[in-house]
Amino acid sequence: MVTLRLNDIGTRYGKVQVVTGVTTPVIHPGSVTAVIGPNAAGKSSLFKRVAGLARGTGTVDLGTATKQRNTICYMPQDTGSTAVLSVYESVILAAKQGSSLRVRADELAHIDGILNALRISDLAGRNLGELSGGQRQLVAIAQTLVRDPKILLMDEPTSALDLHRQMEVLSFMRDVAKRQNIIVLIAIHDLNHALQYCDQAMAILDGRMVAYGPCSEVIDQNLLRDVYQVDGHVEVNSLGHRHIVLRGPRDGAHSGAANTGKPTEPRVEMPKAAQ
Amino acid sequence: MTTHQLTNEAGSVHYKARSLRRFMILLAMGGALFLSFAIDLATGPANYPLTDVIATLLNPGAASDQLRVVIWEIRMPVALMALTVGAALSTAGAQMQTILANPLASPFTLGISAAAGFGAALALVFGVALLPAFVNFIIPINAFIMAMGTALIIHFFSRLRGVTVETIVLLGIALVFTFNALLALLQYLASEQALAAVVFWTMGSLVKATWTKVGVTAAVVVIALPLFARQAWALTALRLGDAKAESFGVNVQGLRLRTMLIVSLLAAIPVSFVGTIGFIGLVGPHIARMLVGEDQRFFLPASVLCGALILSATSVLSKLLIPGAILPIGVITALVGVPFFFSLIFTSRRKSW
Repeated sequence: MVTLRLNDIGTRYGKVQVVTGVTTPVIHPGSVTAVIGPNAAGKSSLFKRVAGLARGTGTVDLGTATKQRNTICYMPQDTGSTAVLSVYESVILAAKQGSSLRVRADELAHIDGILNALRISDLAGRNLGELSGGQRQLVAIAQTLVRDPKILLMDEPTSALDLHRQMEVLSFMRDVAKRQNIIVLIAIHDLNHALQYCDQAMAILDGRMVAYGPCSEVIDQNLLRDVYQVDGHVEVNSLGHRHIVLRGPRDGAHSGAANTGKPTEPRVEMPKAAQ
Repeated sequence: MTTHQLTNEAGSVHYKARSLRRFMILLAMGGALFLSFAIDLATGPANYPLTDVIATLLNPGAASDQLRVVIWEIRMPVALMALTVGAALSTAGAQMQTILANPLASPFTLGISAAAGFGAALALVFGVALLPAFVNFIIPINAFIMAMGTALIIHFFSRLRGVTVETIVLLGIALVFTFNALLALLQYLASEQALAAVVFWTMGSLVKATWTKVGVTAAVVVIALPLFARQAWALTALRLGDAKAESFGVNVQGLRLRTMLIVSLLAAIPVSFVGTIGFIGLVGPHIARMLVGEDQRFFLPASVLCGALILSATSVLSKLLIPGAILPIGVITALVGVPFFFSLIFTSRRKSW
């Protein structure tokens, strides 16, 4: 059974150190982890490093499992494509990398199943260029799931989706994590969705992990202030759900220009579990 | 089958139908190619009925001596050269467009053909061998070395940060101008005899085809195709963008470099034998893409067939346009091919890039 533990993970982009010393406790299968933090905090770079797509320092400990081709799958942020390929072909492409040119019937059935589960079977014959941003994101999710990953790193998979689809996809991913007993990490900006659909959260700021733990503990007033530079707090509604009440950005405190290469001090206390 | 099951399999049903259609298109292209090849053999200073040509092809022993000599010994190398050169250039263009994500990429537009031409002219004019070994193959080897150098320049330039599709095209134009200027310089310095050879060669012509040239060109294609076919999934994935291809586990940089090296071989060898034939490498892949899409399992053979078919048909045209004369094929490909290609683009309903 695969588990995931990051040990002092770091990576550079060109000469800039974009991720530094990320160490987590053991992340267990069946769980969904929200990876949160402002733009350019280093979330994508962290994912690429963990997936082995970027060089750098540190180790990725998979417990008793051995890493194979599709053990860790990274789903990059959406970029359009001008390829003259249908949705179905693009999903086959993801599944068949490194294997024979012939597509077997059971592989087709597997793809059909995933398209159905994502409710995009009707898009199967459409060309990629004809899709909306949201549709492309659903196709990208299908391309990732078809590879049967044990650890799934999703980079803002819901950013182009409408609210209904966002909730549907997150709920679906949560379901997949539990049912297939896999580890899902989702880089996500909507903290309310993180609170609702994710088991734990990992906050990244300037390439460092500044908080890790159950969402209810990590996502609080301090995180909003120190990581996102906004004033707000977390309330519990009548259904028992936590949600964020925002008052507005903190004046002159926006840290959009992160990644200056200089290490920053953690501004949020690390929960004990991560230390 | 219930409606539910039908919906569940809708994707694969559609995919299978599409794959079958593409397979049929490939078969039809193969048939058209054979027909064009036979017509190419049948036309010339003396025209023969197609049935006689096909009979001679299938059973050379039963044909008259004259027919056998004309078909097998005189016209066959030229007709086969058209097929192999067309296939090589079109494949080279297809893979350049794939790895550079650039619809304008082809050996001709990015200066690889011009570089190969310059290398060949060096041999024609001064007898300069860029690789002192194999003096018998000085022209193709010179062409290949120059083409490879240029391909590598384009490759490494395209890897620089901030380089866009447009910058690559600009670099290509600069390379074309540079090598054409160098070629002009060589022509200026050349003896009259060498000048005639270079000029004839820059127009592109199949008439000097020999069995050896056909064999070498065919060998290059036969070596290249399986190498590309093995990477079919990875090459197709490149068209989804580098980030996506990498996330699928494709070694993008390595694949690009390997592909570029094979492409330079595919582009250089035909150019060194038949001169510059510019149009095929750009248009062959575009027509293939319109017909079968970009899944390399179909796109690659379609590009091969398309290139071969275009050049074979052009070879026929070059003999028919002015009866008794064989026009340089490089001239015909552009004059006849370009309007044909534009009509295809404007009538094609589907987006082809």
